[in-house]
Amino acid sequence: MATTDQTPATQIHIPEKAHPGERTYVKVALVLGVITAAEIAVSYIDVNKWVLILSLIVLSAVKFILVVQWFMHLKFDHPTLRKPFIAGMVTALTVYTIVLANLVYHSRSAS
Amino acid sequence: MADQAVAHDAGGVHATSTGIENTKLAMWTFLGSETLLFGALISTFLLYRSNVPPGIPTPHEIFDIPFTSVSSFVLLMSSLTMVLALAAIQHGDHHRTRVWLLATATLGMVFISGQVYEFTAFVREGFTVGTSPAGSAFFVLTSFHGAHVTLGILMLLSLFGLSLQGKLPRERANAVEYVGLYWHFVDIVWIVLFTLVYLIPA
Repeated sequence: MATTDQTPATQIHIPEKAHPGERTYVKVALVLGVITAAEIAVSYIDVNKWVLILSLIVLSAVKFILVVQWFMHLKFDHPTLRKPFIAGMVTALTVYTIVLANLVYHSRSAS
Repeated sequence: MADQAVAHDAGGVHATSTGIENTKLAMWTFLGSETLLFGALISTFLLYRSNVPPGIPTPHEIFDIPFTSVSSFVLLMSSLTMVLALAAIQHGDHHRTRVWLLATATLGMVFISGQVYEFTAFVREGFTVGTSPAGSAFFVLTSFHGAHVTLGILMLLSLFGLSLQGKLPRERANAVEYVGLYWHFVDIVWIVLFTLVYLIPA
């Protein structure tokens, strides 16, 4: 059997990028602190309920992504590591959105 | 069979065909499954948050947002000290590793103390686990998160103890990374909880 130099697809190594330095971590933490302050400020502003909810969810999502990408290093680590976490997130969001919508719909129909 | 022998790098980590550490992949899979657990608890709270009998305060009537905001900030900053502990051990600086590990555990303890104080205040106001479906959902959700933080503190203190005994060399930096992933996850769960439970009105 002839030997080959081709590396099987499962053995291809995707190098992980170097983690950022301490100054970058401090900068990310400062941004997180500012966003938290903004969240609290927004929650006290008298605006339309849905504008408030949307603003808070967007700010929270930005914080979530910053921690996952920079502190948990998902931005720098092997792309395969994202799959199980994103799969869990998507499943949770899908299942519980359907369950909540279903329960709210039925409770309103009953009343 | 030599070619089938499992190779190890200097840190004792199994070399894999994908180049991903098995333990790290397992940790991310575990965290993915944890999102389902917290998703269920958050959904239950959102469903029952307004289900309070007359005479019992609703969660939003008794929440102390400035106090919880400070707690949230404390937990957020513990993520910074955690990642600094990882950076320190990766550079072989064991003194700074211990300082940052202890700082992270201390911030976690401050957060838990705040949660205990908050629970005590709520119970005094008549909002307990048994007085309404909203109370049950709130206390189960936040207690589960608190239990996760407590477990994280125990893991951090274990790493601190190992480091003091000289059993946490630079080659075992991945142990700090795995505990760090768990700790950051606890932080991101609180980021979601703080917004959905405390800030968004019923």
